[in-house]
Amino acid sequence: MQLKKLTVAAALVAGAATAGEIAPGDVVFTEDGAIEISLSGAPGVAANAPEIMDKGAGNCIACHQITALSDIPFHGEVGPSLDGAGSRWTEAELRGLVANAKMTFEGSVMPSFFKVDGFNRPGDAYTGNAAQEPLEPLLTAQQIEDVVAFLLMQKDQ
Amino acid sequence: MTRRSGSKALTWMAVSAVAFSAPALADENASLVVNGEIEMVTETDAPAHLEGVLGDKIRSGWTFRARETQALQLDDFDNPGMIFVDQAAEQWDTVEGSEGKSCASCHDDVETAMAGVRATYPKWNDQAEEVRTLVMQINDCRENQMGAEPLKYTDGKMTAMEALISVQSRGMPVDVAIDGPAQSTWEQGKELYYTRFGQLDLSCANCHEDNFDNMIRADHLSQGQVNGFPVYRLKNTKLNNSHARFKGCIRDTRAETFSPGSDEFVALELYVASRGNGLSVEAPSVRN
Ligand code: HEC
Ligand code: HEC
Ligand code: HEC
Repeated sequence: MQLKKLTVAAALVAGAATAGEIAPGDVVFTEDGAIEISLSGAPGVAANAPEIMDKGAGNCIACHQITALSDIPFHGEVGPSLDGAGSRWTEAELRGLVANAKMTFEGSVMPSFFKVDGFNRPGDAYTGNAAQEPLEPLLTAQQIEDVVAFLLMQKDQ
Repeated sequence: MTRRSGSKALTWMAVSAVAFSAPALADENASLVVNGEIEMVTETDAPAHLEGVLGDKIRSGWTFRARETQALQLDDFDNPGMIFVDQAAEQWDTVEGSEGKSCASCHDDVETAMAGVRATYPKWNDQAEEVRTLVMQINDCRENQMGAEPLKYTDGKMTAMEALISVQSRGMPVDVAIDGPAQSTWEQGKELYYTRFGQLDLSCANCHEDNFDNMIRADHLSQGQVNGFPVYRLKNTKLNNSHARFKGCIRDTRAETFSPGSDEFVALELYVASRGNGLSVEAPSVRN
């Protein structure tokens, strides 16, 4: 019974995903840099986050320590520890941070993961050659939701 | 090329024995004495033009490297970069080009002729009315003095020659001029240093000024100094010119890079070198 309801709900949300997806240029930030609604229109899947946060598209670990991913070696120290991020920030704030941290922290060295314009000499990935326009964001809308779902689970011990 | 065997740097050995339990970390109290005789200044007062952006002290990249990597620079017999220096020493005496000349034909003995030269490069050349890197000067001699083909900016033979010339200044303080006719190039380099590039939107300063001494992934971020260049990298097992390093760093911000030898990189080299004024010329240094 309960299970059936959930499956239906998931199917509905998945159906809405493409229609509800927000393009990088259309994202609305609050004054504090938060994003109120899901970028993909679908809920995030926390289980997908570790791969994204490791050497994948996010590479968050290069700059952040996080105990939940301590099986992955070499966590960086450029940004603060992400332990307890889900206690410090709301879902909307985390979404804003991952999509474009510069809207929360002016001039941050943290890359903007859901932004496709306004860069100086953008490159074609890590080839050193000029990028093919239009640029893809570093993370897709759904990947951002996945990472946000994972960060929300990081509560203070 | 004379090399010394024998006494290794005792100071370093003593300090490192104490720090033995943490082999992966750099030993920041170690001192670098090459061949037991050339004392390197690896940390010194920051030049005035930095206005404190790096704190009081500037530090050679050597101080950030792991003990095992640091150790390779203590003795020329252990330093893999010295093989290329020896090859360049042969090149120095080799006749090339339409004029039938070698470097030695005009400059004679490299040790005397090139002592102190590296420490002042990049520098303004009055006749050419441009800031010249050492590579540009070597190619100028090849083309206009020897009638030989210029070498590609990052050609292995060129980087080796740059290293041979640099070795003649080992232990001398970097002392590039930033005023006078070089000033506008220096300003251009400074501007580039603080410009954010690429889709990661990062400037040199974001990593090497705001975050030196922090780990970025498995890398211990240094101040990005060039006093040790050309650098032998364990990663690619060859000598690397500073412009190749700049190119790699910009590429890693997901940016379209500039080319080695470009006006941008010449200006950047002058500016970055000036951030290290006072550190010893260390080439060929060893990095991972
Ligand atoms: C180049 C380094 C870098 C990368 C890569 C990076 N960050 Fe950050 N991040 C920072 C810095 C620095 C801050 C601190 C904000 C500031 O002062 O600019 C920060 C702040 C944050 C915060 C708020 C910290 C807090 O107080 O809890 C979160 C959450 C965060 N980052 C998540 C991520 C995620 C998720 C990724 C990967 C998708 C990521 N970061 C990738 C550098 C980085
Ligand atoms: C035909 C003579 C000649 C030959 C051959 C020659 N050079 Fe030169 N080189 C010069 C002259 C002349 C200068 C300029 C001297 C000056 O103004 O200080 C110079 C300057 C230099 C300088 C700059 C020195 C300084 O103090 O700034 C370097 C480095 C140099 N040469 C390297 C080389 C190398 C390496 C070779 C061989 C590949 C070479 N030269 C071959 C004539 C020569
Ligand atoms: C994303 C961070 C990052 C950025 C941005 C960056 N670098 Fe680096 N750079 C590194 C890392 C990591 C290393 C290797 C470890 C070290 O020496 O810091 C390095 C090494 C260097 C070195 C070698 C230092 C030595 O002693 O061997 C130089 C020189 C350098 N960078 C210059 C630059 C310049 C100039 C820029 C701007 C065009 C730049 N870097 C931008 C991360 C960065």
